[in-house]
Amino acid sequence: MFSHEFVRNAYLAGTMIALACGTVGWFAVLRAQVFAGDALSHVAFVGAIAAATIGVDERIGLFALTLALAAAIATFGRAGGADDTVIGIVFAWILGIGILLITILATSAQGGNGVTTVNTLFGSIYSLTTGGSVLAAGIGLGVVGATYAISRPLLFSTFDSELAQLRGIPTRLLAAGFLGLLAIVTAEATQAVGALLLLGLLAAPAGAAHRLTARPYRGIALSAGFAVAATWSGLALSYVIPSLPPSSAIIAFAAAFYALAATYAFARG
Amino acid sequence: MNPSLSLNLVEDVRQLFTFQFMISAFEAATIVAVLAASVGWYMVLRRQSFAGHTLSVMAFPGATGAALVGLPTSLGYYLACGAAALAMGRAPRGRRFGTQTAVIATVQASGLAAGYLFLSLNHAILGGPEALLFGTLLGITQAQVLALLGVAVASLALLAVVARPLLFATVDAEVARARGVPVKALDAAFLLILALAVAATSQITGALLVFALLVAPPATAQMITMRPLLGLGLSVAFSLLVAWLGLGVAYFSIYPVGFYTTTFAFGLYVVTRAIRATTASRRARARV
Amino acid sequence: MSALAINLEGVSVARNGRAIVSDVDLEVGRGEFIAVLGPNGAGKSTLMKALLGLVPIAAGRATVLDRAPVQAGSEVGYLPQRRGFDHATRIRGVDLVRLGLDGNRWGVSLPVTGRARSRRRADRHRTEEVISLVGAGAYAERPLGELSGGEQQRLLIAQALIRRPRLLILDEPLDSLDLPAQVSVAALIRRICVSEQVAVLLVAHDVNPLLGYLDRIVYLGGGRAVSGSVDEVITATTLSRLYGAPVEVLHTTDGRLVVVGQPEAPHHHGHRHEEAAA
Repeated sequence: MFSHEFVRNAYLAGTMIALACGTVGWFAVLRAQVFAGDALSHVAFVGAIAAATIGVDERIGLFALTLALAAAIATFGRAGGADDTVIGIVFAWILGIGILLITILATSAQGGNGVTTVNTLFGSIYSLTTGGSVLAAGIGLGVVGATYAISRPLLFSTFDSELAQLRGIPTRLLAAGFLGLLAIVTAEATQAVGALLLLGLLAAPAGAAHRLTARPYRGIALSAGFAVAATWSGLALSYVIPSLPPSSAIIAFAAAFYALAATYAFARG
Repeated sequence: MNPSLSLNLVEDVRQLFTFQFMISAFEAATIVAVLAASVGWYMVLRRQSFAGHTLSVMAFPGATGAALVGLPTSLGYYLACGAAALAMGRAPRGRRFGTQTAVIATVQASGLAAGYLFLSLNHAILGGPEALLFGTLLGITQAQVLALLGVAVASLALLAVVARPLLFATVDAEVARARGVPVKALDAAFLLILALAVAATSQITGALLVFALLVAPPATAQMITMRPLLGLGLSVAFSLLVAWLGLGVAYFSIYPVGFYTTTFAFGLYVVTRAIRATTASRRARARV
Repeated sequence: MSALAINLEGVSVARNGRAIVSDVDLEVGRGEFIAVLGPNGAGKSTLMKALLGLVPIAAGRATVLDRAPVQAGSEVGYLPQRRGFDHATRIRGVDLVRLGLDGNRWGVSLPVTGRARSRRRADRHRTEEVISLVGAGAYAERPLGELSGGEQQRLLIAQALIRRPRLLILDEPLDSLDLPAQVSVAALIRRICVSEQVAVLLVAHDVNPLLGYLDRIVYLGGGRAVSGSVDEVITATTLSRLYGAPVEVLHTTDGRLVVVGQPEAPHHHGHRHEEAAA
């Protein structure tokens, strides 16, 4: 299997992206910002389509729009995180623009046959070039590093923001920074599993970890571990069964891990 | 067919209703707007927008799965949304909010992953995923309209029966429980009503754009008033406005209806919010 | 109809197999204002829930309004321990109070028949009546989230009173209020006790804001309870005997009572972490 370059690329990018998703996702579940992640992922899709419409590299659109939305949520959201209702309205509107762009794209020269749309929505991990996968892996690793660097103050300000502020921790800046990391992870993972499915990689491994342990660093490690395991299993299975899309397989494994963890936690009482 | 917008409003409206498919589209949109606005009012109050969005997304595996096994598409919508509602009902509201959203997110991603799988296995879906995800004006039959009417009447009747206890359980769960209101059962029941409303709405607006009718109009109404009856009425009025205007404008334009409905819904929300902000600050200054 | 709102004889309440309070004797007459005191974890809330039939009685006989607790139901007004409504709550006070009246009624009552219309009018009239009884008329139409703690509590008391209960159970309603608000709510409750002839059990941490308004108190500690007047119960002798450990009662110059040395009951630490993590 690994003799093929496209497989090696997929595993390289996929592993690092999974690590990033698992790490950032654990915090997203803790801070109840999973819906923001959902919004960011849908917006990422629009960003990619917008970039394709203009004719630039999709990744620019991915990152630009997700970071913009993250900044908007950080600015206009309440101190404790933006209201779900407002997030929903804003991202529905952005999706509306997305469909406008799809129509424009379909009738334009760069249009192609809607492959761009499907790839952005559901991922195209096997189409990554070596350069692309190395870049994706690098960014993923960077996100993991950044998250670990701020993990302690972030934990503190999540559990007790007033006390954290008294101790001199810049809670608003941290909150904005975290949203930025979430945005980057979202844009990253869109390339791997697609905008519509990356929520699964963000939330399911993290959710599983939260069910099994309340200890932060153990939880983060578990979450990252589940994400990577799901990615490896999904990629392997989809290689063996070509009619199975890799993104669907990865999410299926991630969801299965969550179900197992929830059952185990429930049985343990 | 190349409808052009004359500046005579009466003439334009007459043009709108020349063809049967537009009449059907308007009928369907009206039914769905009323249903979505009513159920959405409760959904926004209960801060369950994320669950609502997830349910809407379930339309995708519902439709593709139904096509795969040969069931009628709309049945697939209802089954998928219903199944998701039951799965999400297992996670309780309130405490452990973070893990509850993880469940909802997992359900959403799993549903979409399954939908994509069904799509890949069965290449004979017309129009690709776009139509399912973003809605379509064309091809709404009278039979569909009647089916929608049936679902809407049933859902609204159900909502009317639980209206007061549901409101009580939403704003004041503990006292409601002490008064004998079955809070947990109502939570689960509401998710099912929401599933019905969302499955119905998705067939018109598409899976991703249900929010234009489900969240924005009620949220706008709740900014203006929190009186239950008035708020519900306002919510329905806004939703109808958004749906009709969106459909009407889209008819004369090459751009899709989904874009117009979401833009009008968003615009309405933003304008209302701005008006409230300025009147609030003016009131505050006057008080000082 | 007996003169007693509550009659407990040798009542014990357990939770998860552990006895919370045992052998409680208590008589509450109509129109009496009684405070339920004791340290954290002593079982005050649990005992109240047992009176409401929400928690089963492990031993002894309990009569609430001449019936078993589970059946007393709608004749008991209940204000549970709340953290208050957060600032985002937009529902109006008057609507919340109204829910106390018809929140558990299924279906919609359309004002088509004469009977339905007069019922609606009566409901609206009762809502206004009870809101002015608690003195909340000026702000009842505003969103709950905008109101102060004291204002919210008045509306919540109105909600509990709207069905003319003969017994009112308030679980720590004064907890988050400042001292002047506590005193004014205590005075309001005293007025209502007398005018509406409703017995009130109020769970509190500190007896001082209530001094002068109470008829009697019930003090929970060491898994048992003792009741009587303030001067009988809050003494070093009585409390030391209750706890089986030395307890002192100090009288300050401004008339306040301070209890020193009462052992805290063991309680579960799970809650705060869960709520913080959410």
